[in-house]
Amino acid sequence: MANPLATLGDSATFIPAAPARRRLPAWATAVIAIVAVFGVLTITSILDDQPLLTSSGIMSNTITFALPIMLVGLGGIWSERSGSINIGLEGMMILGTWGAAWGGYNWGPVGALVTGAVFGALGGLVHALATVTFGVNHIVSGVAINLLGAGIARYLSTLIFEPITKNARDSPQIPRFDSFQLLPQGMSDSLQQLERDQSPVLSNLAGVVRGFLGEISPLLIISVLLLVGSYFVLWRSPFGLRLRSCGENPVAAESLGINVYRYKYIAITISGAFAGLGGAVLVLGAKVAAYTEGQTGGRGFIGLAAMIFGNWRPGGMLAGAGLFGYADGLQLGGTSEAVHALLYGAAIAAGLAAVWQLYRRKVRTAVLLAMVAIAVYALYYVTDELPEELVSYTPHIVTLIVLAFAAQRLRPPAANGVPYRRGEGD
Amino acid sequence: MIAKLISSLRAPVLAVAAALLLCSLALIISDANPISAFGAMIGQVNENTSAVDILNSTAIYMIAAIAAAIGFHMNLLNIGIEGQYRIGAVVAVIVGSAISLPGVLHWLVVLLVAMLAGAAWAALPAFLKVTRGVHEVLSTIMMNSIAAGLAAYLINPDVFGRLVGSSKSTEELPESAWVSGLDLGDRGEIFGLVLLAAAVAVGYWFMMGRTRFGFELKASGESPTAALAGGISSTRMIVIAMLMSGAVAGLIAMPEILGRDHVFTQNFTLGYGFAGIGIALIGRNHPVGIVFGSLLWAFLEKSKLALDDVHVPREIATIMQGTIVLAVVIAYEIVKRMDRAAEQRSVGRRAAAAELVSADAEAAGEK
Repeated sequence: MANPLATLGDSATFIPAAPARRRLPAWATAVIAIVAVFGVLTITSILDDQPLLTSSGIMSNTITFALPIMLVGLGGIWSERSGSINIGLEGMMILGTWGAAWGGYNWGPVGALVTGAVFGALGGLVHALATVTFGVNHIVSGVAINLLGAGIARYLSTLIFEPITKNARDSPQIPRFDSFQLLPQGMSDSLQQLERDQSPVLSNLAGVVRGFLGEISPLLIISVLLLVGSYFVLWRSPFGLRLRSCGENPVAAESLGINVYRYKYIAITISGAFAGLGGAVLVLGAKVAAYTEGQTGGRGFIGLAAMIFGNWRPGGMLAGAGLFGYADGLQLGGTSEAVHALLYGAAIAAGLAAVWQLYRRKVRTAVLLAMVAIAVYALYYVTDELPEELVSYTPHIVTLIVLAFAAQRLRPPAANGVPYRRGEGD
Repeated sequence: MIAKLISSLRAPVLAVAAALLLCSLALIISDANPISAFGAMIGQVNENTSAVDILNSTAIYMIAAIAAAIGFHMNLLNIGIEGQYRIGAVVAVIVGSAISLPGVLHWLVVLLVAMLAGAAWAALPAFLKVTRGVHEVLSTIMMNSIAAGLAAYLINPDVFGRLVGSSKSTEELPESAWVSGLDLGDRGEIFGLVLLAAAVAVGYWFMMGRTRFGFELKASGESPTAALAGGISSTRMIVIAMLMSGAVAGLIAMPEILGRDHVFTQNFTLGYGFAGIGIALIGRNHPVGIVFGSLLWAFLEKSKLALDDVHVPREIATIMQGTIVLAVVIAYEIVKRMDRAAEQRSVGRRAAAAELVSADAEAAGEK
């Protein structure tokens, strides 16, 4: 291919060159990613003798923790694809947790999901009113909604839950969904046997399969349907195309007769509903299903981080949510040795990434990654365990590292956070 | 002058009124009497140590809001103040209890260490922003969480901490590092470092209004490209603003720690960082606005206790804080639009009048 830019040598690196290779289809990327993650975890668990890393218990914990983050991240995608930064997801999620506990107390688990979503959507509506109608800075409005969401949830909790539980910080326990077995009993038992046998690779695979498919909660099914549904609505329907056009170039969208305000209102309200739903799933997924003050623990922000991690797209966001969920799950169900073994895994992953970059002739990145791999391995080698206070923040550190390496390749919607007034385009 | 004052007061007054109205509605819906609730909130100021507590909190909020405002001037939203002041506090206490220096020097060094630690915690987000293009909101949110973990780790007994009963804390600061306050007996004790807050506020006012650096900061924040044409590097400004914001943030906990607690414990007061962001918004980053915003915030915070006595959920005060912030930003936006519309009308009128005059002149010329 005669590429005139190629002759420019070094300066060509400043120009975003068209991808020379044909891009892999999304499903292939997903399969490769899953195999790679499973491979690294398996190698780590075998070489460091930590079968816990791929155990079914940790895997089902991962799902429990990843679901709320995924739903909040999905909310973030809805809002930001329409061009509205939504840092108020945390506040909307808090509203959702309260709403879910109240709805669940009155009408059971389905009621919990519905009221959770409605409360979150109300928060989203406030955000839409402030940012779309009044043109307030998106981040400022979001910060205010976070304050407001926490305050309202606490106020309502004092008003309604305190008379029942004698404690303003907790709601009564609400009914949960019954989870069901997907695998036939015999197969589940043999998988469990295989997992216990500790034969390499097979046991790891058995643990993962049993963790994901052993007990299925309706929450998982609903969340996956919403994820897939959102993808189809946003990327495969005229409605979604219009909505995303508001996030890329609202003035152009307006010139084509799209009512940008209405699309933004819809998108932000749905975004709030997803955040509220994330709160509801958090409440329903807990061992004791109930609202507790401070339950979200910044998961709204984490959902936002997962969205950015996934480059504002559902598949990548799911991977981000999985990462956070795994770290949370390991933190809860694992031992400090297992977490320490993750350092070993991180070293392997960084090493593999270095080889990959070398293969793609990106020597500088490869050298950098190799240095990271060596540093992490050295840390693994000299320490016996990691301080437990820091371990729970692994996902945050990973996010920072990912942002540092990938921020330039991320592409947010072009008009994300840009104020838009009808009829003022140039 | 007075007209200008009235026009700049329109938005906040409108916002506080809207917040009062909304909260009254919330109270009425929840079967409480808004008048008695607001009465209790105002009445508590004169009771026990309330007035002094409000003054002390105002000082702390002022520092926090100025930390946020420095970032805002450069269009940076430093969500990380929360983590920066936590790290500033824990590092300052650890260093302060390990060294021994004579009197004044000791607590001055502690303050300096707090500022350095806060700035250091802000340095990574600043670095990531200018070299890797990472948005500061995201990186500082992550840094906040990591700060929580790091602080908890540092006060472990086998690291730098000690165990008192079942709770972890740092070693206590030696007495030479304490800053005594003004003891008013039953009324409480005013922190000595209230003066620090005043100094920070005056310094901030002077820097923004009277120095070249303040001008450059504002110019660069308003339009990085225009400022660059004038020889101001926005990269440099981002780094400096972020580090300054972090350094000021490091001071937030100092009035409480040097004046009252003398240790960093697990029960360290959180939330000043987010409050500071809200107050900076209410006060429009202006030093005077920030002082009044902090006072309002401190008053609302303190009134929570009084609300318990009249059996109104105290969180109504939190809701009021959130509503005021949101209402203020909306009100400013509305006032701005009204002003612009009025200006357009007056320009239109003048243009029409001018056209009329010239048309008359033309008509006269033809005759």
